[in-house]
Amino acid sequence: MSDQPLILGIETSCDETGVGLVRGTTLLANAVASSVDEHVRFGGVVPEVASRAHLEAMVPTLQRALAEAGASLDDVDAVAVTAGPGLAGALMVGVSAAKALAVALDKPLYGVNHLVGHVAAEQLENGPLTEPVVALLVSGGHTEILLVEDIATSATLLGQTLDDAAGEAFDKVARLIGLKYPGGPNIQRAAEEGDPAAIRFPRGLTSQRDLERHRYDFSFSGLKTAVARWVETAEREGRAVPVADVAAGFQEAVADVLTRKAVLACQERGISTMVLAGGVAANARLRDLTRERCAVAGIELRQPRFSLCTDNGAMIAALGAAVVERGLPPSSLDFASDSSLPVTQVLVG
Amino acid sequence: MLLLALDTSTPAVTVALHDGERVLAEATTVDPRRHTELLMPLVTAALAEAGASRRDLTELAVGVGPGPFTGLRVGLAAARTMGAVLDLPVRGVCSLDVLAYGVRAANPPGEPFAVATDARRREVYWATYDAGGVRTTGPDVGPAAGLAERRLPAAGAGARLYPDAFARALDPEYPSAAHLAAAVVAEAAEILPPDPLYLRRPDATPPSARKSVLAR
Ligand SMILES: [Zn+2]
Repeated sequence: MSDQPLILGIETSCDETGVGLVRGTTLLANAVASSVDEHVRFGGVVPEVASRAHLEAMVPTLQRALAEAGASLDDVDAVAVTAGPGLAGALMVGVSAAKALAVALDKPLYGVNHLVGHVAAEQLENGPLTEPVVALLVSGGHTEILLVEDIATSATLLGQTLDDAAGEAFDKVARLIGLKYPGGPNIQRAAEEGDPAAIRFPRGLTSQRDLERHRYDFSFSGLKTAVARWVETAEREGRAVPVADVAAGFQEAVADVLTRKAVLACQERGISTMVLAGGVAANARLRDLTRERCAVAGIELRQPRFSLCTDNGAMIAALGAAVVERGLPPSSLDFASDSSLPVTQVLVG
Repeated sequence: MLLLALDTSTPAVTVALHDGERVLAEATTVDPRRHTELLMPLVTAALAEAGASRRDLTELAVGVGPGPFTGLRVGLAAARTMGAVLDLPVRGVCSLDVLAYGVRAANPPGEPFAVATDARRREVYWATYDAGGVRTTGPDVGPAAGLAERRLPAAGAGARLYPDAFARALDPEYPSAAHLAAAVVAEAAEILPPDPLYLRRPDATPPSARKSVLAR
């Protein structure tokens, strides 16, 4: 194991400052500092608040990761960093720190794709992936179905959200029914007491016509509006809003459409492994329904533990390790972070 | 000694190396959108030009702003990280003071002057200095018109953007890492921790009451 290079990964694409250390597919450290508490009163991630927090957290998180791994910087063989996609200003803090780290250590630097990093994180949990895999990535910042043909070199986007990310939809609906930010855990808790069949909310982009044009795409704005209408109508009619049933019905609609399309993608592409990742993958209903439907369809479902599902530096180190193992050339020191880096670009030049 | 100085608080990305006697290398590129791309290649180029390695560095200096936040953070993230990795002290200097040092080094006006840089939104980051270059007010942020009454000569891009507010524009237009390094070596600038001088709060408002989605 110790003859594999030690890769340090840095992640700052949203509101988590992550530094991870990985050898091959072995996780050595995963230090994360989150600014989520600072965003609560704004009901969502404020980019400038996140960027400021990244700058403050960067060096302490780096030191924490090294201590966790019992490693020193001299042991690091290469540095990997999220080049995109993500919040522009947030990405720049991580990329600038990573470049400075690479220069100070005189080690190669790899700018890698955040989305593919989420898939690479799974290798830290259950060992090397057998590609191709379909990945369902669901978080507050993104909602995608990816086809990963080779973790180090080749990924394509099969579908994505046309409007809100799934996690954003959770945040907005939580507000509508008087629950706090972040919406995911709070809606899940409320839904436990509710009946998911009591109110049937619409499933976006699932009509025959939509399936032709947006087969693997998602849309949550219609769902959000439907919940808003339902709640407002109830209030106008003087009825108490059954928060638990609304939460359960909404959560069911999201989980249903996400899993249905991801399974469809596996079946139609002849893929037998699905990876579920992203912060919203912590949602118990989404996990259960995905497991259920994958089992029925004969698809192997793989998912990392929660701390590797949310944004973190270990996933970037894991992808960096895959890229290094393949002997790919490092990124040049003048690469730019790219807030809309396409998933096809696993490694930037 | 070998001091690496850098500043990214304005559209200029500027780096310099100083050995305690003189500036060994300096490089500046003006491009408001490419701070992350430009900074570290300029650092490695400066080291190569000086025939030095990163291991020869003995201290770092960084302009701490005020300046547009995204660019400013690029330099601070780099300086703090290099400082931590190489175990070097990181000296922060107000970037307006770097410009003021440049005024004294170039062509001192012999009278009080101002430094004003572009803060966008029709405002400037500014500070005023006495004839000897000692800061008398600021740093602060606000409309250039707020300084118009005093009609000071001023260095920095703000003096060029808002000529009505100042007697005349002084050089330099942008901070130079060579001036930053020289000011630190000469102990001619106040040394601050390497923390950003934002001067503005993040633009963010808590969500307002929700809007109706139903027809009236
Ligand atoms: Zn993510």
